[in-house]
Amino acid sequence: MKRAIRLTTPLTQEMLRELKAGDSVLISGTVYTGRDAAHKRMVEALDRGEELPFDVKDQVIYYVGPCPAKPGQVIGSAGPTTSYRMDSYAPRLIEKGLTGMIGKGLRNADVVNAMKEHGAVYMVAIGGAGALIARTIKEAKVIAYDDLGTEAVREMVVEDFPAIVCIDAEGNNLYEQGKLQYRQD
Amino acid sequence: MRTIQFEQIVSAVEGLCIQANTIIGDDVLKALQKARDTEESPIGQTILGHILENDAIAATEAVPVCQDTGMAVVFVTIGQEVYIEGGALGEAIHEGVRRGYEKGYLRKSIVKDPLERVNTGDNTPAVIHYDIVPGDKLHILVAPKGFGSENMSSLKMFKPADGVEAVKKFVVQTVENAGPNPCPPIIVGVGLGGTMEKAAILAKRAVVRHLGHHNEKPHLAALEKELLEKVNQLGIGPQGLGGRTTALAVNIESYPTHIAGLPCAVNINCHVARHAEIEL
Repeated sequence: MKRAIRLTTPLTQEMLRELKAGDSVLISGTVYTGRDAAHKRMVEALDRGEELPFDVKDQVIYYVGPCPAKPGQVIGSAGPTTSYRMDSYAPRLIEKGLTGMIGKGLRNADVVNAMKEHGAVYMVAIGGAGALIARTIKEAKVIAYDDLGTEAVREMVVEDFPAIVCIDAEGNNLYEQGKLQYRQD
Repeated sequence: MRTIQFEQIVSAVEGLCIQANTIIGDDVLKALQKARDTEESPIGQTILGHILENDAIAATEAVPVCQDTGMAVVFVTIGQEVYIEGGALGEAIHEGVRRGYEKGYLRKSIVKDPLERVNTGDNTPAVIHYDIVPGDKLHILVAPKGFGSENMSSLKMFKPADGVEAVKKFVVQTVENAGPNPCPPIIVGVGLGGTMEKAAILAKRAVVRHLGHHNEKPHLAALEKELLEKVNQLGIGPQGLGGRTTALAVNIESYPTHIAGLPCAVNINCHVARHAEIEL
């Protein structure tokens, strides 16, 4: 693997241009969490003309529903959840300026088109490596939808959070490239 | 009759929930190590190394391997000479799950109603499968099931004339459609025969089988091997980023079926293949 690129959030349009599908990245700074139920609420808030719980411009959303923290832990295990369940909501957030998403698994054409049009990248973390990933999360606090439990929106500070750029802002897709390279017919 | 106390079952299930979610079995670890050593994709190799590191951290620190600590699937095999004192068997299992998920700091992932979607707050109820057998033993297997992979499962009712070729195509196509979503490398459980629901339960049984064990029927053991090769030719690889290790195993379980049918269920499990068992 190529050497990892260090990224510090916020993730600006200028930074996005340097990121290509297949790049390994180590992310530091603030990221926000949100998964199914939080995305539904955020988009419903937009539909009502209300503000989002945080300004998504140049921000990164991590699709995760963490385990509860044990005594002494910042957060429990916290690996990525499958991203396609957020596909019907993600374009709305990308239009609002969201530049990064971290998850795992396929995205649909609407998401990729929104990423290309407005400038955003899709990064993947290792699904099922929640104990390892949790070590890179230094702070975590719930900032919205507390009643959703694990699905609440959290503001997290991460340090060298490991991810791989899977779909870049030009629409290049590592899932497609990787599979083609190793497929045996 | 042999008497087993309600509380004894509760505490056994509590322990199994925590154990299954924090300790990955040696059979799975061995398969992952072998995959890491043979994987040709550099990204794939790195990912498999990170997965092994993650599993070691989880076991050492007694934290969940994966944040999706699953819906608790419980296989109960109860001897008909067992009497349970102090409450109902099902309630003992639910209570064990409740305590295990609370004490183990495991995620509560169950919603009370599939449409209204309000969290039950304690990860109950469990999904319980009972088998009643001769004897006076109680065997409990807890297999927490994550839904990233569960969602990629599929079932098809084939015609007898479709035969084994249709089964092969369906299994490979299900894995291909799943792609990176179920967190490869995966374990593929195939249930063949019975009725619609029987095939699904067989597929679930197949994913919790010890890795390295094959079906006792030679033709099904051969089919497991052939399907594993086919699946690993898809190129999906670790986490779907390309490579040779898409699956660690394809396990098939079968049951007699109707003259008119060939039910086939495919249940997919991620590399976090969790199960823990106890005999009381």
